[in-house]
Amino acid sequence: MVRVSSWGRLDSHEHELVALADRAAVARQIAHCAAGAAGAPAGLAQGNARSYGDVCLNPGGRLWRTAGLDRFIAFDPDSGRLRCEAGVLLRDVQRMSLAHGWLLAVTPGTQLVTVGGAIANDVHGKNHHVLGSFGDHVLGLRLARTDGTVIDCGPDRETAWFAATVGGMGLTGVIVDAELQLRRVAGPWLVTDTIPYRNLDEFFHLADSSEAGWEQTVSWIDCLSSPGRGLFFRANPAHRPGPAPGPQPGHRVNGRPHHPLDRQPWRLPLAPPLSLVNGLSLRVFNAAYFWAGSRNAGPAVAHFERYSYPLDKLSDWNRVYGPRGFYQYQSVVPRAGGRAAVQAMLAAIRASGQGSFLAVLKTFGQREGQGMMSFPRPGVTLALDFPNRGATTLRLFERLDAIVREAGGRLYAAKDARMPRDLFEAGYPRLAEFLHYRDPGISSSMSRRLMGS
Amino acid sequence: MPDAPDLPAALQRIVIIGATSMIAEHCARLWVEGARLDGDPCALVLVGRDAARLERVAADLRVRNPGAGVEVRTVDFADRQAIRFLVDAIVRGGAPRQVLIAHGMLPDQAACQRDLDAACEALEVNGLSPVLFAEAFAGHMEAKGGVITVIGSVAGDRGRRSNYVYGAAKGLVARYVEGMQHRLAGSGSPLRVVLVKPGPTATPMTAHLPPRGLAPVDAVACRIVQGSQAGTAVVYAPGKWALIMAVIRHLPAAVFNRMDI
Repeated sequence: MVRVSSWGRLDSHEHELVALADRAAVARQIAHCAAGAAGAPAGLAQGNARSYGDVCLNPGGRLWRTAGLDRFIAFDPDSGRLRCEAGVLLRDVQRMSLAHGWLLAVTPGTQLVTVGGAIANDVHGKNHHVLGSFGDHVLGLRLARTDGTVIDCGPDRETAWFAATVGGMGLTGVIVDAELQLRRVAGPWLVTDTIPYRNLDEFFHLADSSEAGWEQTVSWIDCLSSPGRGLFFRANPAHRPGPAPGPQPGHRVNGRPHHPLDRQPWRLPLAPPLSLVNGLSLRVFNAAYFWAGSRNAGPAVAHFERYSYPLDKLSDWNRVYGPRGFYQYQSVVPRAGGRAAVQAMLAAIRASGQGSFLAVLKTFGQREGQGMMSFPRPGVTLALDFPNRGATTLRLFERLDAIVREAGGRLYAAKDARMPRDLFEAGYPRLAEFLHYRDPGISSSMSRRLMGS
Repeated sequence: MPDAPDLPAALQRIVIIGATSMIAEHCARLWVEGARLDGDPCALVLVGRDAARLERVAADLRVRNPGAGVEVRTVDFADRQAIRFLVDAIVRGGAPRQVLIAHGMLPDQAACQRDLDAACEALEVNGLSPVLFAEAFAGHMEAKGGVITVIGSVAGDRGRRSNYVYGAAKGLVARYVEGMQHRLAGSGSPLRVVLVKPGPTATPMTAHLPPRGLAPVDAVACRIVQGSQAGTAVVYAPGKWALIMAVIRHLPAAVFNRMDI
């Protein structure tokens, strides 16, 4: 048994780790586990463990680690269709496919997640209003169940299994491999534009007026400012291969194949004894960030890795919140009443004196996800990190829950470690349908908390 | 390195014994991706026990570098004649520039103490078999040059109660490679033999251990590829193990025997 925690580092629990490394053996490996004596502990697939809360944990049980399932199977550079094992990191997909003029259509704010995890959480990115979520670009997947069967499903076959597995939190089986449709790009460059906004009205105006002309929209919001000031970021892929610094033939960094951005990420050497994020540091940081962003506002050209995944360069950044860890609270509320709900949430956060630098406000497009349990839906989403201050933080979440509930919204399971069951049930109306597809040999800390098993 | 006369000048023919080992697979990725980025041709021969698993590794490498030639061969690692036959056949297909000998298994120490067959098998696979491969390749490469990289282990630096069967096999590898290095240095051969000693690495072999204490496999592979390129005689991976093992080797028995490691 080994102690494992998730990205939020709220706590750690004993798990029995089992490596999945041979895709032909996965069905046998997990079936063997489940077929033990009655009451054998349930298992759960775990990719790169970048989920914040307990969706990727199974205390006292088995974790089937998919890090060793990281092989490409086939790639067609003409059609952009890629088959790969579930443990491949999105970063490795993109570094391979970029050479052929393809990138993933949808990625979250980090590339350091696995393909299997991206499907199981039906992750979204800054381009939701144009390209939907990750599951919209999955052409098929193979799902191993603990009864020993393997289901080949996709948007055109075994569609119910597919809809249950996309966003299904790993509870329908273990995703062994998947086929993805990548997206044509001219090169790695983005044309970007940064606009400061002074209040929520300005934010919504920018968001709505940018949807038609800009593929990526997102904003950083200063959660301490009362009108809701922030920086609005919008971007499009550049149409030309662009100012590529490109690898110089014969040059490599550290013996690895040379990659323009492949430096060892800066690492927080150890967890500070207390959170570096507090009322004072946050006030200073937010003011400085807003000021710097306003000064550097306007159009620019940026490499997609630097622009889209800035925190990937800072390995173990989650340690800045200290030994008690942190929560992330991400909600989506419908546009009708969405402005008032966001304002109310920001007011509650401000009043509590909590919150953090990482605060993201974004509108989603008019589309639901493929999955029964997909998070993205039309509306506006607010995501914030909160250093764990125990009961004070949980009390704030209760106030935020009330606002989300009232507005008819939902919380994102991939980020959650504490939402109440009634809010989960209200937010995910297809839950009852989803439960039919659960694998009885699979369970997570989250499923026990929110689904009773 | 001089060019092998029977090969196009830039062809990087690389032979990997035990190619389904995760460390070896990551080395192969670095080599094929490096060749793609540098625009060099690249040909690999992957050797292992299980043809289906080798094919999965080969398919992955072909996606990473569509121009790479990847060939797959199976062998029984314990069969001396099969080793000789296979090495001769590979060399007939073109002299390798780089050979990586990476096969092995982590035996159950307690089982080896009870069961001499298990002990014998662990010694054969981890100790005898790798050096026989190295010897067979060295015979072909001694005149033309190239690099033979053999994966040993920090466990071979000093016998410990928790895994001395494995450690003894890896210690055999270390002494054998040392001897080959001495012989080649004396004859002025352009062939380099590199001994790599990885510390505990995050692979399926160590999946049950706490991940915090394990080195990431891509970092270990990186050290191996770098060390091979430089022809370094002994490479610890990660480098900190050179220091740790220097201390462990020099601890007096009175102290060492009281340590539970």
